Amino acid sequence: MCIDCGCPGGEQHSHHHHDHPGHAHEAPAGQKRTLSVEQDILAKNDGLAANNRALFARHGLLTLNLVSSPGSGKTSILERTLRDLAGELGFAVLEGDQQTTNDARRIAATGAPVHQINTGAGCHLDAHMVAHGVEHFDLRTTDVLMIENVGNLVCPASFDLGEDLKVAVLSVTEGEDKPLKYPYMFRAARLMLLNKIDLLPHLRFDVARCREAALQVNPNMEILELSCQSGEGMAAWYDWLREQVAAKNSAKEN
Amino acid sequence: MHEVGITQSMLDIAQEHARAQGSTRILSLTMEIGQLSGVVPEAIRFCFEACARGTPAQGAQLIIDEIPALAKCRQCGGEHRPEIMSFACPACGAFALELLRGEELRLKELEVE
Repeated sequence: MCIDCGCPGGEQHSHHHHDHPGHAHEAPAGQKRTLSVEQDILAKNDGLAANNRALFARHGLLTLNLVSSPGSGKTSILERTLRDLAGELGFAVLEGDQQTTNDARRIAATGAPVHQINTGAGCHLDAHMVAHGVEHFDLRTTDVLMIENVGNLVCPASFDLGEDLKVAVLSVTEGEDKPLKYPYMFRAARLMLLNKIDLLPHLRFDVARCREAALQVNPNMEILELSCQSGEGMAAWYDWLREQVAAKNSAKEN
Repeated sequence: MHEVGITQSMLDIAQEHARAQGSTRILSLTMEIGQLSGVVPEAIRFCFEACARGTPAQGAQLIIDEIPALAKCRQCGGEHRPEIMSFACPACGAFALELLRGEELRLKELEVE
């Protein structure tokens, strides 16, 4: 039995339709009453996310929730980052996909600890899946937990996983107005990585318009342009990561 | 279709409250959905019947109060009712709108017996 969420334990279980027999007092039948509830519907997920956040804080972990459309290059960015920063930072990676362990195999090839979560029909990761996913890692030796969410610019925006912040990946082979089309996700993210910029000479993609679209839905968005193929711009992303980790470490020491 | 998960979470909350009051049947559920909550009321209605089947809320009436969005511009101070998620102020153009209302996703009340 899992103490935090009350689930029977094990993986890939659903949290719905639990039975809690024996602690109700039967009211007289047929008596109509109105109950005031006033509860946020995502409160359960938010509560589990708060548990995750507390756990990550105890270990001084930087936790990033990577979100994007399928095919924008989340896994490729991770592969290169893990290889380039191996030996400098301790990473652990949770991979979310509907099916297959393909991404986990790619990450495992870099040498980083990885665990694949398959959501089946589900369109997003939730805090409960992450809580059990991180049981596969030794958090004491981890500096950065990367959670690669299901490729989907809609649903993952609503589900807090306990991360420090969301990083949205957008590639230049997509439309520059995507932040306006999928505003919830770009609003929820703190950093946007504009990937595949090595392809810009072959495309009609207006970087300035894309930046403006992102700022229109999220005035505080930080934006980094990079290509995980050519390596251009990756240094700035690594500096950003180092800064975030340093901030975590100093918070942990204080 | 994250509406399925949201509908199930709502039913979980409703059943917990009903059970705590010793009720075995939920007659109606009233929820508030903000216009910019990212959740589509129609999709919730669509999921509700299927999700409620076999629970104390089977056959219950689902009432959805849709809350229109309201935003205030930090730059010019004007109040607006944005139809879409954008922080561009329609009056002064600054990316400075602050949402005051419209992101609600709450179970407000239940009618039980």
